[in-house]
Amino acid sequence: MIPEIGHFALILALCVAVVQGVVAIAGAQLGIRSWMVMARPAAQVHFILVAVSFVCLMYAFIYNDFSVEYVASVSNSMLPIQYRIAAIWGGHEGSLLLWALLLAIWTMAVARYSRNLPLDMVSRVIGVMGLISVGFLMFMLFTSNPFDRLLPAALDGRDLNPLLQDPGLIFHPPLLYIGYVGFSVAFAFAIAALLSGRMDATWARWSRPWTTIAWSFLTAGIALGSWWAYYELGWGGWWFWDPVENASFLPWLVGTALVHSLAVTEKRGSFKNWTILLAIFTFSLSLLGTFLVRSGVLTSVHAFAVDPERGVFILGFLVVTIGTSLALFAWRAPKVGLGGRFSLVSRETFLLMNNVMLVVAAGAVLLGTLYPLLLDSLDMGKISVGPPYFDAVFLPLMVPMIFLMGLGPLARWKQADLPDMASRMKWAAAVSLVMALILPFVMGEWFALTSLGFALAFWIVSSIVVSMSERLRKTASNNPGAGLLARIAGLPNSYLGMNVAHVGVAVFIMGVTMVNTYEVEKDMRMEVGDTVTMSGYTFRFDGVTEVEGPNYTASRGQILVTVDDETEAVLFPEKRVYFVQTMPMTEAGIDSGLFRDLYVSLGEPVGNGAWSVRVYYKPFVGWIWGGTFLMAIGGLFAVSDRRYRLASRKRKAQKKTAGQTATDPSVADQATAPVQSMERE
Amino acid sequence: MRSLTVGIVLLCLLVFVPLAFAKEAEYMVADPEMEKTVNEISAELRCLVCQNQTIADSNAPLAVDLKNQVRDMVESGQSQSDIIDYMVERYGDFVRYRPPMNASTMLLWVGPFLLLLIGVVVLVVNLRKRTAVIKNDEDLSVEENERLQRLLAAESSPQVAKRGNSSSQKAGEEKS
Amino acid sequence: MLRYLVPLIVFLGVAGFLLKGLELNPREVPSPFIDKPAPSFSLPKLHEPEAQFASKDMLGQVWLLNVWASWCVACRSEHPLLVQLSRANIVPVYGLNYKDEPDDARNWLRELGDAYVSSLIDYEGKVGIDYGVYGVPETFVIDKQGIIRHKVIGPVTPSALDNCVLPLVRKLQQATAQTVVKRTEVEGCV
Repeated sequence: MIPEIGHFALILALCVAVVQGVVAIAGAQLGIRSWMVMARPAAQVHFILVAVSFVCLMYAFIYNDFSVEYVASVSNSMLPIQYRIAAIWGGHEGSLLLWALLLAIWTMAVARYSRNLPLDMVSRVIGVMGLISVGFLMFMLFTSNPFDRLLPAALDGRDLNPLLQDPGLIFHPPLLYIGYVGFSVAFAFAIAALLSGRMDATWARWSRPWTTIAWSFLTAGIALGSWWAYYELGWGGWWFWDPVENASFLPWLVGTALVHSLAVTEKRGSFKNWTILLAIFTFSLSLLGTFLVRSGVLTSVHAFAVDPERGVFILGFLVVTIGTSLALFAWRAPKVGLGGRFSLVSRETFLLMNNVMLVVAAGAVLLGTLYPLLLDSLDMGKISVGPPYFDAVFLPLMVPMIFLMGLGPLARWKQADLPDMASRMKWAAAVSLVMALILPFVMGEWFALTSLGFALAFWIVSSIVVSMSERLRKTASNNPGAGLLARIAGLPNSYLGMNVAHVGVAVFIMGVTMVNTYEVEKDMRMEVGDTVTMSGYTFRFDGVTEVEGPNYTASRGQILVTVDDETEAVLFPEKRVYFVQTMPMTEAGIDSGLFRDLYVSLGEPVGNGAWSVRVYYKPFVGWIWGGTFLMAIGGLFAVSDRRYRLASRKRKAQKKTAGQTATDPSVADQATAPVQSMERE
Repeated sequence: MRSLTVGIVLLCLLVFVPLAFAKEAEYMVADPEMEKTVNEISAELRCLVCQNQTIADSNAPLAVDLKNQVRDMVESGQSQSDIIDYMVERYGDFVRYRPPMNASTMLLWVGPFLLLLIGVVVLVVNLRKRTAVIKNDEDLSVEENERLQRLLAAESSPQVAKRGNSSSQKAGEEKS
Repeated sequence: MLRYLVPLIVFLGVAGFLLKGLELNPREVPSPFIDKPAPSFSLPKLHEPEAQFASKDMLGQVWLLNVWASWCVACRSEHPLLVQLSRANIVPVYGLNYKDEPDDARNWLRELGDAYVSSLIDYEGKVGIDYGVYGVPETFVIDKQGIIRHKVIGPVTPSALDNCVLPLVRKLQQATAQTVVKRTEVEGCV
């Protein structure tokens, strides 16, 4: 009965989404107010229905209802409760429902936090998101219904893929999807702007915080996935250029371009067309990722069960959604104004260069990902494009971009002066050069690429130091006597957030450079009591014991790590065999530290109680994810900037001082003053 | 609590593990230096039966066989290109994760840099054209900014929002 | 203006390829050996392990080499068809017993019937690698000059047999040393 309620709620949600999409947009286009006001309540009802459906599926999972085909295919009664819940998005159908749920939540959020937007804009945005939801709900109901019954019911489920039975599954897909789906807000704003014909700076200001939030979540989601692969797959790799990884990286690259381009459009009114196009691209690439994962056109470790019928459906949805948007763009874009004037050397140009680099990088990843498909469909042979290609192509594109990343924030809007910038940056350049030359020798060995990596990381950091100190010097006169920290805290959050994110990039580069150059790996045959020493750490193998997990048995190795006879860590790498799918899984034993990870994975027994054991010393590897999380945090921090909260604060203030209307010029001036002062900085 | 568990474990270790046995572990392979070469070559080769993994990363039987084949060939002194050629002869270009440079993959290898070139050219051309079009130094963004402030201020009270809506539409038409 | 249409056109192009891609199987690897000489090998026979079979002995005949193993589930499904084929006496079928225990293999044949003129023990899988085998079963069609003319990946199905393998075999059998027959001449093979 419960699954039928879920199914029915989904059907109702589809009906509501149709109303939400069609009536709201039609109302806005025709100027019918009573239709426009329906947008918000429709979004709420839509959310409630999808949520009911999601809860019903969750109920089926928690109570092991194996008469539901999807539950029977990805769950099992022995599966621990947290994984039974996470198993909801462990397969194709349920992960679609999560998509739909998150879309409904984002729509709700837009409806809730857009009180200060014109009604027609809000209805268009909510309407566009409703139409996207229509596509996904139809896809689910027609090809991939998670509530389909299995008659007779299975006695037990086929279990969740052991690879997925990890805390990573609980957090990684939801974070990633929040990001993917979040870009639909930027997309919806762009489409709304195109529909209304008002493609000015205002839409950029409205959609910018939403985009940055989505971007932050996507960043965190990708980082978490990478970390998960690192500890789960047993050899400590953290990025594999797998098609599905690429599918999440593509919207990230273009989304990063969008976040920067929105800044220009908002502040200077320039690149309006370009920004709209980027917003369309970003979400389109999120959709393309969905297609690639679910249609079986590419092989990947992440791919869901292959079904060409689903592929045709999503492709159709893709063509309708993206095709219509791009056609709309081609129709409206020629009428858009150019925005403010700026010279060839200016922050605008730097940001445009950043955009070109990021989009070209995305183009390269897309080309590499789709090229095998392209050749095959032209019957020109089968090839594979893998990590060696992407490494070879991606790096040369990123180096100039990171160089510009140091310069951009220091350049002035409208017109920058190159000699002036050169003199401001000379210390930063010197510091990064010196560090690039010295650091490799401190670490042990010099390589050209390693030096380049260090140079770029220090270039970013030192350019931020230059920028911050210039800013602080300016504000020093405003509040003399304040401490350094207080003065830093006095800087706008958006500026601080940007710097945190940029420092994150530097930290990330540092981690990648270090671990790629100075990692030590040894593949040993270890008997009980055997030791192996690397980089000052002595690993002693203390044997293997059999342990029982809730739904698996494991051989658990024990390894004592000492430094100068002092215990540093005890590691427990495991080799698990899960009962249902009898798949051997490795669980690495890791001791994470700020400056290094010690990573041990258990191989096979090789006779006489000896095991093959892989031991790694991975310097700075944690910085890879640390840096990425800094980027995400920087993004969220930037959104907390007070100018985005201004309107709501003022609204509260207004409730207190009732009677004073917003048209009162004094109130309006107070509210806008800080914004304007920031524009000029 | 955790440290207690670790302590008990350590205690057990002291009892059960004959420490006098401690000796240097042996390498899994006879020649670790050579194994590096084997791994480097294996990382370029695709495991054909896996979803998407190199034969270095995969534990599938075929991957293990192919890696042994690579090891045999390295031992017999063949170069990386010999070994890759051997694999390509048998499994086609599909087995290489680094696609060969030829007529059909030219676009793949040159594409990204071609894109960069196009991107930069389009950017420069557009910027020049743009500067030429906006001759007089009118700062549109100031005007837009003012309107933005007007909107933001006006819309924060619900009843004014209705008005803000229609007026903003007009403003938009003026602009386009 | 045309340049605003560029994104749309590019996207539609990509979508076209994706549509085409839906019909393709990304995991099927075509053999680079088609129309190339079959690697020569010499292996012990399954039923008389002391006797060797040399592939060059087959020169002058069209023959099939079927890669199989007792641990292979799909082989079980294709085997009855192979048994039928061998009874029809159209073309000799040899088995390459790939990475299998000879005892298991012999039991398996006893149970399901022996479709092969002879099965050859490739215990280490070295010949398999030499032939670019990446999954079991696979079936090679080899002509009189010892050139591989076709490879069936996965189990041989009745339609693949009737529409491709048998017509191709007949053409190859009729061919002389001077006439080259390629699989492209048989509709069902392409």
